[in-house]
Amino acid sequence: MSANVSPRGTRRAQYEAARKRRSTAVAIISSLVLVAAVVILIPHMPRWDRVHESFFNGTRFADSFPRLLRAFVLDVKIFAWSVPLIIGFALLVAVTRNSRSAALFPLRALTVAYTDIMRGVPVILWIYLIGFGVPGLGMDRPWNSPLLWGTVALVLTYASYVAEVFRAGIESVHESQRAASRSLGLSNAQTMRHVVLPQAIRRVVPPLMNDLVSLQKDVALVSLIGPVEILRQAGVDKSKFANFTPYIAAAVVFLLITIPLTRTTDYMMERERRRTSGTRIR
Amino acid sequence: MRRLAVAVTALSLVTLAACGGSSSSVSSDTAANSSATDVSGTGNDCTSGKTLSDGKLVIGTGNPAYAPWVVDDKPESKKGFEAAVAYAVAEDMGFTDGNVSWVRTDFDAAIAPGKKNFDFNLQQFSITADRQKTVSFSDPYYTTNQAIVALDATKFKNVKSVADLKDIKFGAQAGTTSLDFINSVIKPSSTPFVYDDNAGAKAALQAKQIDAIVLDLPTAFYVASAEIDGASVVGQFPASAAVAGDQLGMVFDLNNPLTSCVNAALKDLTDSGELAKIQQKWLSDQTNAPVISL
Repeated sequence: MSANVSPRGTRRAQYEAARKRRSTAVAIISSLVLVAAVVILIPHMPRWDRVHESFFNGTRFADSFPRLLRAFVLDVKIFAWSVPLIIGFALLVAVTRNSRSAALFPLRALTVAYTDIMRGVPVILWIYLIGFGVPGLGMDRPWNSPLLWGTVALVLTYASYVAEVFRAGIESVHESQRAASRSLGLSNAQTMRHVVLPQAIRRVVPPLMNDLVSLQKDVALVSLIGPVEILRQAGVDKSKFANFTPYIAAAVVFLLITIPLTRTTDYMMERERRRTSGTRIR
Repeated sequence: MRRLAVAVTALSLVTLAACGGSSSSVSSDTAANSSATDVSGTGNDCTSGKTLSDGKLVIGTGNPAYAPWVVDDKPESKKGFEAAVAYAVAEDMGFTDGNVSWVRTDFDAAIAPGKKNFDFNLQQFSITADRQKTVSFSDPYYTTNQAIVALDATKFKNVKSVADLKDIKFGAQAGTTSLDFINSVIKPSSTPFVYDDNAGAKAALQAKQIDAIVLDLPTAFYVASAEIDGASVVGQFPASAAVAGDQLGMVFDLNNPLTSCVNAALKDLTDSGELAKIQQKWLSDQTNAPVISL
């Protein structure tokens, strides 16, 4: 069978294989040229030794890395308890905003105001305002904890972004789905719970992951109101040794987390794309 | 001329030769310049060819610069300890006030590896061996110790030694030796909170998130009297053999040959008693805080 492949097919296969070999070779050569340019040229810059000493100092890296890892535990904790709160609150906001009952108009207006205001103001301001302002009203420990109110600030800001993502998902579910559901006798609430939300959430998982990757970095902003997390620890080490290498070490820790997270997001997006659209055109 | 001076400085940096290789070209600079120096106050023989721009001195300070180091964030007014010291050093090196200009940098810019936009920078940089690997320091122009500022002084009434401070929740400014002091000397039971600046520490004090902040003594007195209503300096720590006082020095680009000129000027000012006088004027009345033994 294989011996009798039509000549046309073989030629095409040969052609495609040749094109593929060629593009691989071009990709390898261009990558090598770039790497060589970076590796050979940069060390020849006049003050490379100083930059090397300040940013890529092996001793400082090894010294700071364990401390940074310990400080990173706090980032992970804040992230871990913020995410469920953000998702829960955002879902509530999104569903409220998509409610259709006339009686709920004030709530709908409130959610519009909430998302507009929270998204329009930099996260850093909310951290200061809620993290210092609310406890400043006269609370005592432990209720004035910067971790507690820093988390509240993060949850409120991120929930406004995530609520918009959920809203986009909810609105992407075709009206006919609701019509079908209502005609089967489901109430408005049941339609939302059993028909709209399952489809909506499934569609918005990839953009949701994007927000989580960005949250993972913004957690560091909580350090502005006191707690020492990885970025602050890196800053402390930087000042102590007048050397920026601790920031590189912190970046490595962040990348160890964000790269797998973004790869997973890509994979999920690809799977969603394959599930919903046709074959890929080359 | 300027280009030559920069080239000479860069060359001496690259070869790490303080004076050997480049001394001939520097001295030719001096010869060409010396007549001008004497009349117009553009530096002395030592500084010639070693400043960013010949005959001018560019001094860096914080953005903003805080009292009592610089009063009203205006170093040009010569008011404040560091502003006064800077002008005294400049004068000793032969620069008239008109040839002194100021640039603002934060700590990070001062220690960044790129070329500096100042000849020297003073904003309470503590001299440490670790930092000396990245930048050069002048000899110290001030030695200070650490102090505690709190809103609620009653909590500290019975504090006699460091051991009595274990249960206090401390705060400090990021990147200061005060933070180091809390962690390595006081060692409180809960980790200290860290803030970007005094404004953050103040807000945290008022929100009762922390009981006290640790600062260098002159800053502590200023913060307690002028910045935080109702705060007071509840204690200071003696500089001892175990914990050396903080020595503040001017920061230079690594191995900048100008360092030795500034050191000579500082020595002149110390010997003549001028430095002590400036200190008396701007950093006085700081002895009435209770001493906490280590």
